[in-house]
Amino acid sequence: MSSTRREFLSTALAAGAFTLAAPSLRNVRAAGPLKVGLLLPASGTFAPLGEAITRAAKLYVASKGGSLAGRPVTFVSLDDESAPPKATELTNKLVFGENVDVLMGTVHSGVAAAMVKIAREAGVTTLVPNAGADAITRAMCAPNIFRTSFANGQIGAATAKAMLAAGVKEAMTCTWRYAAGEEMVGGFKETFEAGGGKVTKDIALPFPDVEFQSALAEIAAAKPQAVYSFFAGGGAAKFIKDYAAAGLSGAVPLWGPGFLTDGVEQAVGAAGNGIRTVLHYADGLDNPENKAFSATFKAAHGIDPDVYAVQGWDAMQVLDIGLAAVSGDTAKKDAMHAAMAAAKFASPRGPFEFSASRNPKQNFYARELKDGKNRMTGIAAASFADSGKGCRA
Amino acid sequence: MDLVLVQIFNGIQYGFLIFLAASGLTLVFGILGVINLAHGSFYMLGAYLALTLTQLTGDVFLAVAIGIPLAVAFGAAIEWAFVRHLYARDHLQQVLLTFALILIFNEVQRIGWGSHPHSVLAPSYLSGSIRLTDTLTYPVYRLALTAICATLAAAMFLVIQKTRVGRLIRAGESNREMTELLGFDSRWLYRFVFAAGTALAALAGMLAAPVESVYPGIGERVLIISFVVVVIGGIGSIKGAFLGALVIGVADALGKVFLPSLAGVVVYALMAAVLVVRPGGLFGRVIR
Repeated sequence: MSSTRREFLSTALAAGAFTLAAPSLRNVRAAGPLKVGLLLPASGTFAPLGEAITRAAKLYVASKGGSLAGRPVTFVSLDDESAPPKATELTNKLVFGENVDVLMGTVHSGVAAAMVKIAREAGVTTLVPNAGADAITRAMCAPNIFRTSFANGQIGAATAKAMLAAGVKEAMTCTWRYAAGEEMVGGFKETFEAGGGKVTKDIALPFPDVEFQSALAEIAAAKPQAVYSFFAGGGAAKFIKDYAAAGLSGAVPLWGPGFLTDGVEQAVGAAGNGIRTVLHYADGLDNPENKAFSATFKAAHGIDPDVYAVQGWDAMQVLDIGLAAVSGDTAKKDAMHAAMAAAKFASPRGPFEFSASRNPKQNFYARELKDGKNRMTGIAAASFADSGKGCRA
Repeated sequence: MDLVLVQIFNGIQYGFLIFLAASGLTLVFGILGVINLAHGSFYMLGAYLALTLTQLTGDVFLAVAIGIPLAVAFGAAIEWAFVRHLYARDHLQQVLLTFALILIFNEVQRIGWGSHPHSVLAPSYLSGSIRLTDTLTYPVYRLALTAICATLAAAMFLVIQKTRVGRLIRAGESNREMTELLGFDSRWLYRFVFAAGTALAALAGMLAAPVESVYPGIGERVLIISFVVVVIGGIGSIKGAFLGALVIGVADALGKVFLPSLAGVVVYALMAAVLVVRPGGLFGRVIR
C-alpha cells in the first residue's frame, strides 16, 4: 500500500541521488548507501508530527546533495501507528530485517521506550526526534541513544522557572493521568517548590477524558494564582476553549509546556490569547539558522516548520557530524558516537549541544500565544539541561 | 456547597449530551440486535459535517438543518450496503464488520480533513456567558445545548409512546418475530431505525462540535460511554438510556472532584453495581 509506494519512491530517489553523487564517491572506502530506518507515525493523531519529522530529515539530506559524509542516504519508513504493542516487532524488522545503519524514532513515548530497549542491546545508532519520556535519557540511557528533542521533566522544570520569574508563588496543576502528564507535572513541581513556590493541588483526569467542566469548577472555586497544565492535540484545544468559556482566562493565568498550544493555535482562536508556555522553540525565532531553515522548509512544503520539524532536522545534523568524524565509516561506531555526543552547533532553535546523558542542553523560550502565533517573550532558561538522573552510561 | 451544585449541574448537562449519542445506539442494539461499533464514527461524522457546513453557511444550526438529512441518507445507505447482511449472523461478525467501518471512516476523515484539531464557532447570538459564581461563568451555548437535548428527549418519548412508528419500534424491540408474523415489513422498519440511530449520533456530534474541538478519534470516547449507558439503562430502552446517561453524567462529574484518584473507574464501578442488582439494566429484560 502506501508504505510500499513510499519505499519505492525513496529507493528511486536514492538511486537518483546515487547517480548524481557517484563521481565524488570514488575516493570513499565505505561507499555503500547508508540506510536510515524511520520508525514514525504515519497514521493516527500523531501523523502530522511524524510527517514533519520525516520531511525535515529528508530535506536535510537533500540539502547536502542526497548523501552524508560521502555516503548516499536511503530511508526505510515504517508506520509505528503510535501503538506500543507493535513497537517491538517493528523495531526488530528495521534493525535485524532491514539491517539499518541508523534508527530514527519516534513520537509516542511508549513506542520509543520499547524501541530504545532493543536499540541499546543491538547497539545501533539511534536518534530520538521527539518522544519525551524521561527514562530514555535517564535510567535507560546508552552511548548509542541520542535525543534531539527534550525530556518531559526538563520542560516542566523550565516552565517552573519562567513562572517563578513572573512572580507566581502558588499554582494548581491540571493534566491527564498518564506517563507524559505525570513527568511534565513532576519536573514542574520539583523545580517550582525548590524555588519557593507552592503547588496547592494536582488535578489528574483519566486519559484521554476531555470533559473538563468539573476540573474548571474546582479551579474557579480555589482561585489559585496560576494554573500549570499539560494536554495535547484535541484535548488541549478543548481545554483551552473551555477554560476561556468558563471565564477563567482573565482571573487565573494559564501556563504550560509549549505542547499545550502548539498545533492547536487555529482551533482555539481568540480563546488562546494570553496563554503563556515554555518550549525549546518559538514561531519566527530570530536567528539566521531558523530563517534559513524556515525558508528552505517553506519552499519545499509550502508551510512554516514547527518544533517537530526542527527536531527532525537536528537529528540529521547530529548524524552528519558523527559520520563526518569517521568519514562515513559506520563500522567505527565508538568514534562516531563520541563525535555525536560532542556535537555542538547552531540549530534553528538556538545553540545545541548534548548533556552527559545525550539529551539536548538548550534554551527554553517563554512564549505567549497571540493571534495564532506562539511568540517569544524572553528566555525562560538559557542553555538548560535535564538532570539525567539515573543515567550510568 | 456551591461546588457540589455546580458539579451536579455539570453532570446533568454532560448527561444530556451522552443521552443523545446513546439513544441511537440503544435503538439499533435493541431492535436490530446489531452491535454497532461504528456508532462513534457517526458521531465523528456529525462533528466534521458541522465543521464543514458551518464554514459554508456561517451558522451551526443551519449546518444541523442540512446535516440531519445527509446523516439519515448516509445511515440508510450503510444499512443497505452492509448492516442488513448482519441481522441473521452472530455478534462476532457484526463486531468484525462494524470495526472495519471504524477503520475506514477514520482513514476517510484523515484524508478529507487532516489530523489537526479544528474548531466550530458557536453562533454569535449564543456566544456569551452567564456568571454562576464569582469566579465561574457558564457559556450560554452549553445552556442552550442542554435545553435542546431535553426537548429532543421529550420529543423522542412522544414519538415512541404515541405514534404508529413508535408502536412498531416498541413491538420490534420486544419481539421481532411476532412483529413480522403480524405482517409488518421489517426491512423498512430496520432501515428506518438504523438511519434514525445514525442521525441521532450525528446530531449529537453536530451539536457538541462548538463545545468540543473537532479532532480525529472524537467518536471513540463517545462509543465507550454510550455502551456503558446502554448497559446501565437496559438494552433497547430509551427511558433507560435517559436515566442511565444522567446517572453517568452526575457520577462522572462528582467522582472527578470527590474521588479524584478513582475518577477513571467511577463510571464502570457504577455499571458493575447496576449489573449485579439488575442484570438486564435499569429498564431492560434479562437478555435472551
